[in-house]
This record gives sequence, C-alpha cells and structure tokens, in this order.
Amino acid sequence: MTQKFDFHVNGKPVSVALDNEETPLLNVLRNEFGLMGTRFGCGLEQCGCCMVLIDGQPEKSCSKPVWSVAGKTVTTVEGLGTPERPHPLQQALLDEQAGQCGYCLAGILISAKALLARNLSPTRPEIAAALDDNICRCGSHNRIIRAVQKAAAQMRAGAQT
Amino acid sequence: MNAPVLPGPLNDNPILERWVTFPAPGKVIVGTGRVELGQGVLTAMAQIAAEELDVGMERIAIRSGDTQFTPNEGYTAGSQSIQFGGVAMRQACADVRALFLDAAAKVLACKASELSIRDGRIYRNGSSTGQDYWTLAGAVDLTAKATGSGPRKAVADFKTIGQSRARLDLPDKIFGAATFIHDLQLDGMVHARVVRQPNRGASIDSVDEAAIKRAAKGAIEFVRHGNFLAILGDDETAVELAGAAAVNHVTWQNVEAPTPLQQEAAWLLQRPAIDRIFGAPEPADAKGRERFESTYTRGYVAHASISPSCGLAVFKDGHLTVWTHCQGVFPLRAALVKALGLEASAITVQHVQGSGCYGHNGADDAAADAAIIAIQKPGVPVRVRWRREEEFVYEPKSPAMVVKVRALLDEAGKPSDWTQEIWSPTHNLRPGAGGNLLGALALPNPPPEPPPNDVPESNGGGATRNAEPLYAIATKRHIHHLVTETPVRTSALRGLGATANVFALECCIDELAERAGQDPVEYRLSITSDPRARAVIEKVAQLSNWKAGEPGGAGRGRGIAFARYKNRAAYCAVVVELDVDETIALRHVWCATDAGLVVNPDGVINQLEGGIIQAASWVLKEQVRFDNNAPSGAVSFDWETYPVLKFSEVPEMTIELINTKDAVPLGVGEVAGGPVAAAIGNAVSHALGTRIRDLPLTRERIMATLLKE
Repeated sequence: MTQKFDFHVNGKPVSVALDNEETPLLNVLRNEFGLMGTRFGCGLEQCGCCMVLIDGQPEKSCSKPVWSVAGKTVTTVEGLGTPERPHPLQQALLDEQAGQCGYCLAGILISAKALLARNLSPTRPEIAAALDDNICRCGSHNRIIRAVQKAAAQMRAGAQT
Repeated sequence: MNAPVLPGPLNDNPILERWVTFPAPGKVIVGTGRVELGQGVLTAMAQIAAEELDVGMERIAIRSGDTQFTPNEGYTAGSQSIQFGGVAMRQACADVRALFLDAAAKVLACKASELSIRDGRIYRNGSSTGQDYWTLAGAVDLTAKATGSGPRKAVADFKTIGQSRARLDLPDKIFGAATFIHDLQLDGMVHARVVRQPNRGASIDSVDEAAIKRAAKGAIEFVRHGNFLAILGDDETAVELAGAAAVNHVTWQNVEAPTPLQQEAAWLLQRPAIDRIFGAPEPADAKGRERFESTYTRGYVAHASISPSCGLAVFKDGHLTVWTHCQGVFPLRAALVKALGLEASAITVQHVQGSGCYGHNGADDAAADAAIIAIQKPGVPVRVRWRREEEFVYEPKSPAMVVKVRALLDEAGKPSDWTQEIWSPTHNLRPGAGGNLLGALALPNPPPEPPPNDVPESNGGGATRNAEPLYAIATKRHIHHLVTETPVRTSALRGLGATANVFALECCIDELAERAGQDPVEYRLSITSDPRARAVIEKVAQLSNWKAGEPGGAGRGRGIAFARYKNRAAYCAVVVELDVDETIALRHVWCATDAGLVVNPDGVINQLEGGIIQAASWVLKEQVRFDNNAPSGAVSFDWETYPVLKFSEVPEMTIELINTKDAVPLGVGEVAGGPVAAAIGNAVSHALGTRIRDLPLTRERIMATLLKE
C-alpha cells in the first residue's frame, strides 16, 4: 500500500509516496529527490558516506527507514553551502585541498558540522574522534582535520563580530 | 637529421586531435587516456597542456578515458601517468602549438620565430596580431600525426608546471554535485544486482524466486543466462533487498571456498609454481663467508574501495555503450569483445569517476555485469551496483607473499651477496593481461583460465617488483616462485610486490645493521652510492632529527626505510615514530621524496600522504581472512571484519620534496608503500627489542611476540 511521508530537506518541505515504508532515507534522497551528494558506501551503518543531519543530529541514512523521519528536518551536504556561498567547512576543505577521490567528503562534512555545533574549539583528538565514524580510504585524514580546525577558527572569529 | 623519437603513448596515438582540439572560441579540449582515480591526474594534465599550449588553465576542458575520443594509453596504473602520459601530453601540445605558429606565420606573412603565444592569442614581436588558436583552427589540420618536432618549453620557462594548483574535481565533490558513476541517471534506467556465482564451475541448483520476491517488497524480475543470474527493477530498494536475500535463497553446486589455512602466506610454500631466477649466479666462494637469513610474510590484502563498484550499460541498435570507473577503458573494451562476441566497433566504453580504487578492484567486473544484462534487455539502460559484501568477497585481492632473504656478509658486516626468494600468486589478472571478467565465468561456455603470468619485468615486475636492493652489493639475485594454485583471484594493488619486497629487504638491512652494531641510517649510507638515494635518506634523517644510537626497547621506537620504486622511478625514504603497547600507535611519519620534475607540488604531497596512510593501514590492520564454513566462504566482508585505519589512528606527517626541477617526472602514487611498511617494522623492532616479520602487525602477533620474550 502506498503511503505518503512528509518532512523537510534542506529547509524545504518535501513529500514522497512509497510502497515500502522501510525504504532507506538514503535511497529517497538520491532516487526520489535527485540529491546525489549523500552517498552509498556500505548500507551497514559502518562507513559514514551516507551521513545526514536529522533534527540537527548526525545520522547514517543508509538504514534509516523513511517512516522514521516523517515530520523531521533533514540536512544534506547540498544544504550546507554552494560554490557561491560555501559553508566555512566547505571553504576550508577547498583551501586545504582536503580530498583525493572525495567520495567520503559529504559524510565527513556532516559529521564535522555536527561537531562544531557542539564544540567550536575542538582539539585534534576531538576532531579525530568525531570523524571516527567516517572512513576515508585515500588517506586525506590530516588535511581534513586541518580543514575542520581552520573552519572552527573562522566560525569562532565570525561569532565574535 | 633523424626524426625525433615520440614518447610512447604519443607514438601509439599519433593523431593530434585525440590530444587537443579547439571546439569553440576560447575553449580547448584536451584528451588523455589517463583517468581520474582521485589522484588528481587530470589537474596535472591540464597544467601540462596549459603550459605547452600557452593558454589559461580555465580554458581547458579535459576528456579522459573514452574509446571513441581519447588516446589509448592502456591502464592508469603503476605511477606512470605523469612519467609517460604527461610527457606524451607535453609533446602533443608542443607539436600543436608549433603547427599553429606555422599557420599564423603564413597568414601574417612573417617568420614563425617572430611570433609568440599568450593565453591562446598570437603576438608578433610583442604586438597583437588578431590571430589566435580559434581564428586559425580552420587552417590547421589536427588529424595530422605528431612529429615530435614542436619545441617543448625549458624547465626554467615554466609558469604553470611546478606550481601548486587546486584540484579541478574537488569543488563538485565538496558541494555534493553528481560527479560519480553512482550518480548517473539514464532515461528509463533499471537497477540491477547480480547473484554472484561463488566460484568458477559452480552451477545454480535452485532459485527460490518466491522468497526473493517476498523479500524485495516491490516489483523485481530475474534475468538468467547460464549461471549468470541478476535481479532487475525500477526501485533500487527492492532490487537491493532482493539481492541481499538471494544469497540465502539461491543454492549452488560445486562450491569451493577457501579455508582458514589458505589465508596464511606460509600456505604458498610447497604449492605448484613456475620458477624463474634473475641476476648473478650464486658465488662459488660462499662457504667461508658469514651468512644471514630471514623470512618475512604478508597476508592477502583488499583494495577496500570506499564505494562498491558500479557499472552502467545500454545495448541499442546493435551498439553497446558502457560507463565504468575502471582503470583502462580500451583493455575493458577488448575483454568485452572476447566475452560477448561483439566487434570492437560495436562497443563504446567511457570512464566516469568512481571512488579511489588503488588498483584492480571490482570496477571492470561491475561494468561487465551491466553489459551482460544490457544485452539480454536491448534498449534498457542498466545500472549495476555491487553490494558492500560483494565488493569485499569478490574483488580481486592483493596476493599473500613469502619473501626469504639470504645475505652473505663481509668482514665489516656488510652484505656482499644478496638472494631474495619470493613465493607469490600473480599480481596481474587485469582483463588487459588475459584475466577474465567475473560475470563471463558464469555464462555458458565460460572462457578458459588464462595461462599463469605476472607483470613483465619490463613493466617493473609483479611479485618481483623491488626484489633487488638498490644498495651496492657485489652480487645480487632474486628467485621468483609464481604460485599457480591460489585460493582466491589475485591482481594488482598499489605497489604490487614492492610492498612485501621492500618490507623484507629493508627490515633485513636493519637486522644486519644491528648485527654490525651500526646505526641504521649510517649503515644504509655506507652501502649506498646512488647520490639521489643518499639525498633522500640524509634528508629524512635531518627532517626527523634522527639520532644515532637512540635507545629503544621501552615501548617507543623509531625506524627508517628507503626504496627507489621499481628501482627506476621515484626515490623515497621514510622515518616512523611509534609507541607499542598491546597495539601500535603511530606518532609521526617523516618522508623525503625525489620524484624528479613535479607538475603540482601540493598534488604530489597529497598522493604521498595518502600512500603513507594506506600503507600504515595495510601493515597495522589488514588481512583478508577465509572460512569455508562461513556462508560466503569469507570472514572479511564488511568494515567491521576488515577494519582500516581510522581518523584517531592516523599519524601526523612531515613531507619534503627534493630535486623537483629535474628534467624527468617520476610518479609518486606507489612510492611510499614499501618504505612505510618497513619503517613501521623497524620501529616496532626498535620499540620492543624484538622483531615481528609477519604482516599485519596485529595485537595477536604483538602479544605472542611479547609472551615469547
């Protein structure tokens, strides 16, 4: 039986009608809404490529049934910033050239955003611990950590002005 | 005067329009057979083209890995893209530039030597001529062949080469644009999952279609051809659920699964093998000399790409179009010709970026899966995406290796004779080397096993890569046992045999230094004559503030190692500092590399950082484990059963490039792996006061070693 699910994605109300209420949020974002920034890595909640914010909390979307986000707000990498108006984390990743294949970056941006929301002065170990749910296989870790530190500094400076 | 010798890839693809075209005013399309694997190669190619054409980089669009348009450069592998492909690109662009200057000279009735080019516009003695690449495009025939006579710029005149430039592909990846093959959406596309044949010769016994359909919770259909079984549908969720359920609802006959015993490198000894010997004959006077012998091993390692492989295909009006993230579109097309019985002219293969692959992973096979299904469903675009478990279990593995080193020593404790004996399955079952596409094995009349083979020595060797020490040793040889009976399909992973060979020989050098009572850095320098080798060893010692005779054995250790990749490419020396308790905590890695001419310094450093971290992950954590009683025959099938290095486990790093203005560029993607493996091995030995010679250096191995002491 087809059911309708209403929620918010990147600030806009969305609605989707699906036969299977267990359909993972990831598949809804990618295949129903065409938001390709959130990526499939394992489908097992192990790698973090599919990380999104649900009501501000970082969650893996690959096994998150669509019914569970009804009425909630979802933020994906597309909702962070644009090339014209980048989020400080996105700008910092560009500045540090923090990426190789880049497949993991969307999920990492989400985890980092969640970290900075609760701690705007994270230490290197705190950043690393916050990103341990995200796998990067190419080895861009140190650049990514530097970028998060840089974005944090910029956001702290912005908060003071 | 003799005609100039063209760089290899340009000689193979001399038609200039495969390399450069000027499609519209202000625009340049540069074609390369090399593909983006996350290593930044397309940015470097754009820099090279901008330099030799004298145009702004922003004017350049890159076309890469397309059987219809680009040069055929085989595989993007072996750290050869810049060393060979980049040099070919330079010459192609220099030839094109010269042709345009000649055409301009004709139009302007002057000598070409009076003309110069700035950002595509042509100037005569510094004054604007109104001519540019685009006004002259009609006057220059780019279907002409390269001659190699276009003068290339001198290193001193470079403006773009040698500068750190931002990666062209990163913005899309950071803003979440659809850039990966996984994001391709074709009109009318169906999703597909393959029910994998467990092994060659296994045949389908039963398919419980009803149970699979129930699990799908949505409409699916089955496509079967011989023992190739796939599940298709419009809804990816239903197809994924069905694909996962099918593992339990399809039964097979003639299943063979590898055993836990076979996962260990030592199993390779005593197996059937093809033996080859390289180097000097055994010395006749070996008897009187002191002898040292040591054996090192490594288990099977997975590529473990962050994304499972993906392939798309459509078969329409007798023409097959395939989208793939594999490393060689032309070799894949040739393999598809063989597997599907189509003419090459009826197949187009186009590269689209995937996640980092680090070698021969499931990419070719996923593309073949899509092609096999597409032919069964003419007109319907098919997207196959492997499941995570499928990638881990069915991707080709980097083979386990046993490396035995025997050295004869002189009175000073220096090696005067060196034998390195290697047991390894092949490092190359790529489609281009005769390897089969996985899906083809399940079709009726499966292709025969390819004859046992490894990467030829002329390409740097497979298991023999870096088997010979670069050190000044009077006589050296290596013995290669190409093991022909293997439990799993094996193929190329970043560095191939160099990782295990450098681990063995550089650990052995440390063992010899210790025997001789000498510092490992001094000992290495005392047997190193190559000045570029000495320079990186001295540089890394300086960077790391290396102190001879620093006491170890208290849980903290330092180790050094060195290699010149393939003994003919880039030089790399590494120092690792770490702590060992029950497990290893990496503190810092220093690296000095001489890769000759560097096109994009930040890109090179990024590649070195990645190579260091990945090698550290192999050494500390990674081994593919088997269990014939497990449902899939594998114990390593996800990120929990095959863990890799995490953010909190990554060391800080200091990297320095030297000799970057040399005439010849040398690739860096694979240069650090062996030195990192050995430097960690040496640092662990320094920290514990005892040596572990088997990789990975797991907690179990460390505990066992400590208990033995």
